[in-house]
Amino acid sequence: MKYVDEFRNHALAQKLFAEIGRRATRPWVIMEVCGGQTHSIVKYGLDQLLPPGIELAHGPGCPVCVTSLELIDRAHALARRPEVIFCSFGDMLRVPGSEGDLFGIRAQGGDVRVVYSPLDCLKLARENPNRRVVFFAIGFETTAPANAMSVWQARAQGIRNYSILVSHVTVPPAMIAILESPANRVQAFLGAGHVCAVMGYEEYEPLAARYQVPIVVTGFEPLDLLEGILAAVRQLEQGRHEVENSYARVVSRGGNPEARRMIFRVFEPCDRAWRGIGVIAGSGYRLREEFHDFDAARLFDLDAIVSTEPETCISGLVLQGARRPHECPEFGTRCTPETPLGATMVSAEGACAAYYNYGRHLRP
Amino acid sequence: MCLAVPGKIVELRDDGGVPMARVDFGGVSRDACMAYLPDAKPGEYVLVHVGFAISSVDEEEALRTLADLAELDEISGLE
Repeated sequence: MKYVDEFRNHALAQKLFAEIGRRATRPWVIMEVCGGQTHSIVKYGLDQLLPPGIELAHGPGCPVCVTSLELIDRAHALARRPEVIFCSFGDMLRVPGSEGDLFGIRAQGGDVRVVYSPLDCLKLARENPNRRVVFFAIGFETTAPANAMSVWQARAQGIRNYSILVSHVTVPPAMIAILESPANRVQAFLGAGHVCAVMGYEEYEPLAARYQVPIVVTGFEPLDLLEGILAAVRQLEQGRHEVENSYARVVSRGGNPEARRMIFRVFEPCDRAWRGIGVIAGSGYRLREEFHDFDAARLFDLDAIVSTEPETCISGLVLQGARRPHECPEFGTRCTPETPLGATMVSAEGACAAYYNYGRHLRP
Repeated sequence: MCLAVPGKIVELRDDGGVPMARVDFGGVSRDACMAYLPDAKPGEYVLVHVGFAISSVDEEEALRTLADLAELDEISGLE
């Protein structure tokens, strides 16, 4: 496939590994922010082929993993209601709430549907005027324009039986939370390429300067990732801390202005609880007041559902790069993708699931 | 979750006021909403995420990256 296969070229990857080895004179910890990047790194074994001392810490950029237990329990309560058609991206179906998952609810008769695009929900709403269609709007800035458009179009088309349960999270506040943690080990970031495709990378510039941390906007194919790592190592070795774009075929400094405009027409920033981490100020989006008629949390009065996290799962530490999946005593024994204790073992982009699926429980 | 796949625009259409495209992903074609890339044309490559084109793929930048990588040890050898 064009723009994919070329960026998996073995000979060029070897050159990049060699160059990283030439540049790195001491150990560095580099965090890839996005769960999609984590998945690629573990799938291709890039972390195991890097020179010793270059450590990749896996970041919090998996929306499935960071959606709070409370919000998942609220989603499950909605999905159990007979008048509701509950729509979700496929990744969320196996995420455990306090009592089971969406697959279990579907097996018990709940009307749970997987959608490819949030616009599919509008079609469902039109076709089922006597039902209430609720979409579980999860995701980072990459997904926010799509979810925002579904609400914008619902209003424009006069669709009244559509609402969204918003669980949006944003990247920069999470990076700040990691950098400000006393346990932080991260010295450079690989920025999330597709978040930056929408948002651009201007907002990372003050962050790089303030925390003196290199941030390299990075793609998802093996060559993209190695190029990002090389750029980060070069900066670290030279004592620089700049925002650099290693994904120029997709990302520009200003991002996608049309998409950004739609995000902020429909959403506004809010505080958000991250599963396993806690509340991070200003790290989410919620619907603006003029769209409250499309806010499932208001329409269905879900405030009574309050949940607390079980304590055995260390996913919060994994999501902040403080622990690696196989350092958890439950990893690969009590906790597997079939019987996950936490969301990082559910999503294909969760670090625990990536480690398990690519055999790291057998050979860390 | 932020998975986005590059595909080639086959045709554009208007779907009740929403600009849409048929996009080909190496032989598999799907619909994508084009509201965020209003100037994209058939034949161009776009990155599609949850049914929305979010970015154009810049061919010149892609080729430049690959050319830079191909020259990597020559550059390093000169320094």
